[in-house]
Amino acid sequence: MTQAFRIENGGLINRDKKLSFKFNGKTYFGYEGDTLASALLANGVHLIGRSFKYHRPRGFFGAGVDEPYAVVQLYRNGETEPNIKATEQELFEGLEAKSVNCWPSVNFDIGAINNFLKIFLPAGFYYKTFMWPKSFWYRIYEPFIRKAAGLGVASTKHDKERYEHKYEYCDLLIAGSGPSGLAGAYAAAKNGAKVILAEDKPRFGGSLLTSDVNIGNQSGKDWAEGIIAELKTMPNVVVKNRSQIFGYYDHNMLVMSEKVSDHLPSTKKYHPNKRLWYIRAKEVLISSGSIERPIVFGNNDTPGVMLSSAAKEYLKVYGVLVGRKPLVFTNNDSGYETAIEFKKYGVDPVVLDSRKSAESEIIDEAKNLGINIKNSYVVVAAQGYKKVKSADIASISDDKKQLGKIENIQCDCICVSGFWTPTIHLASQSGNKTKFKEEIDAFVPGQSKQNEITLGAANGVFSLDETLKTSFKAGSELSKKITENNNEIAIPNVVEKKSSQHDKFWCVPLPKGKNYKRFLDFQNDVAVSDVEIALREGYRSIEHVKRYTTLGMATDQGKTSNLNGLQLVSEIENKVVPAVGHTTFRPPYTPVSIGAIVGREVGKHSKPTRKSPMHSWHEKNNAVFVDAGVWLRPRYYKRGNENLFEGSKREAKNVRTNVGVCDVTTLGKIDIKGPDAAELLNRVYTNAWLKLPVGKARYGVMLREDGIVMDDGTTTRISENHYHMTTTTAQAANVLSHLEYYLQLVWPELNVNVVSTTEQWAGAAIAGPKSRDLLQKLFPNSDVSNEGLPFMGYMEGDLFGVKARIFRISFSGELAYEVNVESDYGNFMWEKIIEVGEEFNIQPYGTEALSTLRIEMGHVAGSELDGRTIPFDNALEGLISKKKDFIGKRSLQRSAFIAEDRQRIVGVVPLDKQTSIPEGSHLVKDDKAPLPNPKLGHISASCWSVEYDNPFSLAILKDGKNMIGQKLFAMSPLKNKVIPVEIVSSHYVDPKGERVRS
Amino acid sequence: MLYINCPHCGMRSQNEFSYGGDASVKRPELNKEVSDQEWDNFVYNRKSLRGKHLELWQHISGCRQWIKVERDTATHEIFRTFKADEEVA
Repeated sequence: MTQAFRIENGGLINRDKKLSFKFNGKTYFGYEGDTLASALLANGVHLIGRSFKYHRPRGFFGAGVDEPYAVVQLYRNGETEPNIKATEQELFEGLEAKSVNCWPSVNFDIGAINNFLKIFLPAGFYYKTFMWPKSFWYRIYEPFIRKAAGLGVASTKHDKERYEHKYEYCDLLIAGSGPSGLAGAYAAAKNGAKVILAEDKPRFGGSLLTSDVNIGNQSGKDWAEGIIAELKTMPNVVVKNRSQIFGYYDHNMLVMSEKVSDHLPSTKKYHPNKRLWYIRAKEVLISSGSIERPIVFGNNDTPGVMLSSAAKEYLKVYGVLVGRKPLVFTNNDSGYETAIEFKKYGVDPVVLDSRKSAESEIIDEAKNLGINIKNSYVVVAAQGYKKVKSADIASISDDKKQLGKIENIQCDCICVSGFWTPTIHLASQSGNKTKFKEEIDAFVPGQSKQNEITLGAANGVFSLDETLKTSFKAGSELSKKITENNNEIAIPNVVEKKSSQHDKFWCVPLPKGKNYKRFLDFQNDVAVSDVEIALREGYRSIEHVKRYTTLGMATDQGKTSNLNGLQLVSEIENKVVPAVGHTTFRPPYTPVSIGAIVGREVGKHSKPTRKSPMHSWHEKNNAVFVDAGVWLRPRYYKRGNENLFEGSKREAKNVRTNVGVCDVTTLGKIDIKGPDAAELLNRVYTNAWLKLPVGKARYGVMLREDGIVMDDGTTTRISENHYHMTTTTAQAANVLSHLEYYLQLVWPELNVNVVSTTEQWAGAAIAGPKSRDLLQKLFPNSDVSNEGLPFMGYMEGDLFGVKARIFRISFSGELAYEVNVESDYGNFMWEKIIEVGEEFNIQPYGTEALSTLRIEMGHVAGSELDGRTIPFDNALEGLISKKKDFIGKRSLQRSAFIAEDRQRIVGVVPLDKQTSIPEGSHLVKDDKAPLPNPKLGHISASCWSVEYDNPFSLAILKDGKNMIGQKLFAMSPLKNKVIPVEIVSSHYVDPKGERVRS
Repeated sequence: MLYINCPHCGMRSQNEFSYGGDASVKRPELNKEVSDQEWDNFVYNRKSLRGKHLELWQHISGCRQWIKVERDTATHEIFRTFKADEEVA
């Protein structure tokens, strides 16, 4: 197919490189440098999608980020991405795109029946209709709305692309490379400032690419190219195209999304798809320009109605005519500029100007070219369904209330200009309180909040001369503050045509007897009548009107609709626009792909993985791993076809009968040194620590100030002023911060240092009746007898030449030891234990067996110390010193904590001795009681007791102390189980603790 | 993201720090009789200020020091930062 709407010459595209692409299955051609939109328009394709609610035909409205219609599903290199704006997507060889929101096809769309039902689908329709019956919501309404709503479809496949994050610092960050951005960047760069200049489009220059101006005896475009070329050679300047600064956060942190590869058929090897830049800037120059706003009239959403600036951009940048019989409808001089460009390429436009009369250099030029101009004329309605065929036009009275006789005029596009809206998003996000500028009917930034300045069109200044002067000045003054250089720059001479005052006219009245839809928000099908309904129904705040009507929502965020919406509300409410105010501008300015936000933190990179020094041994020996926080720990060591239950049972049994070894490297370890170390421990733990002798370990419980148990573990006195504290794996970091808090802020007088040594020591727990025999063989020169190394004793030993710490402590409830060596020797230690232990039938055991052993002993762990229990609840009240004060002690006097029927840990056994009780089950008195069944407690941990060969659980139960022997029910609605149970002591095995002392 | 001047390390981004709450809270002395009200005020009762607030942060991914930060809770402006043992005038 030929590119029938491409002009012979002109534009900035590369005509030497022809590209083929597919849209809705049909093949077309375009050129390198096209966007998908410009290439489709060059081929005369105006119908691109269907609207959100009424499924009305949709074409192109803009030529950039403001585009509300042309949203497509993109296919690239075997992947698909939804909601891509065709006006932003650069063309590449083999690009494929499809329409969204239409079925079965864009030409014949069944959903378009909504267009005829529109009287039934006004604002708030969904809120009002889908309310009842309640049961319909999940089954009928929600699936229906989900299917009908939304635009594209997200891929369900894993994204193969890579995304990167980058942190950067600069003196001056510039958002937008139009005249203001270029001038500011140039002046600052010349002063030696570190500058980052960001442009969201592929081409630098902004409005200079399309405007007919002259700077320093060059065309605007050539001047821009010269500046960019020079900036690129400067080492202190980073110039980035395809890069959108979308968010302005606290303390001058801005975030920019750089599209590295979207313009290529596939991403280059080792390149990311997108790069997210976190930029901390000393100063920010916002030169984001302005966006043309539409005038509202009947059927103004018909394909072929578009912004006059977009028509000009398609012509000047892409060499594409959006129509051959254009009608220009304007309230200011910008429309004339577009008309002049049409005329220059041999196309005769008709200009309708809502102003009674206007005179300026631009209008004179249009007149001299012989362009047909009708003053005090408006477009009443566009005619045509899938494309504009003609327009109903009429003269309008001076007060803009009365229309003259309706005439019909043939045209194939309507180019609208309702003046310009400064892009103030970044300034507003910075915290700048915007102000309404009467002369331009729009908001501009007010007092700067952070170190930001907004210049040029973004600040409501539309004169190029003034923009350049202020921007050069700002660039050099902002940089002078930082670099203390002051290099004078000659400000170039500017030739631009003067324009006349625009007309404060934005909405064409409906002619008598006609009920045309006049759209405000094109992406969400919000018409004038919808906002009227919202106000009639009592919505007053502009934020509420927005949410009720969806005005200004979705992927374009109302870039072309917000101000006209405000105009309408202010008219109906009889207020001035600034009194209505605008909705809050929140980041992102344009949609940012989730991949870019997530960056490299996906899959196993989403968090660090910590492995013990013995990890490779575990891997080689069929360990099945489990996540313990960020640690990977062996859950059990699989033998043959064993499952978790069988394997862990075998391992636990072997500990009870022979000896087992468990990797306990993950336990938090804190080294504590200093003359006041004992005093610190005495304040942090609930029990007494001042008299612990050197070479002894003690179990301790620490509380938060609110009396809740924070952590438990053993601490050993290594030497006079040196202690080794262990914490649970999960709380290691919190306990260190906790100690640092008290040492630095509360008791700075204590002379103590704490440091984490978790990574420095590898640990192996050796447990079981034969553990002493094994230990003796491992340390033949040490006396590890019950007298030489009693329970809770500590000694240092020599493990085949490696210095080791030996602690006689037990979590399993068996005779047990923990051996620590420096991490580098961890694997050596482990292999020696396994090798020497062979004659004692040693088996390694994982976390599942570890849990089984501790549960049947009634030892508490994370599932009981869950941030809701006090020492009493865990049967640890014996560890509370009455003689000394400690962190959280005062809280233990709270009435709830000393209540007679306070919850307490108990053991739970199913009556049938068969059924395992799911963790989390509720304990109730009566399984038939009406819901909500009063809960007496919950199952905190469950295991299969290897001692008694039946299920056993721990529970935190109300009045647990007096419940032993009671029969209750354990209920788990999640697992659909009701299990009759008996409450027993939590110390199910060896209640007197004889084994650990044996 | 806040930009916090650690008195030990200099300007650092917020993601190196963890928040520690109101810095004006004083823990009652050990072994001292404390009324229920006094203890509740220490453990639980906090003012949710709009405006200037002295708060604690710990530079956990840096020097691990607890510091005091004077910050506006509405605008996020940071006025001054102090070492743990510095008195705030």
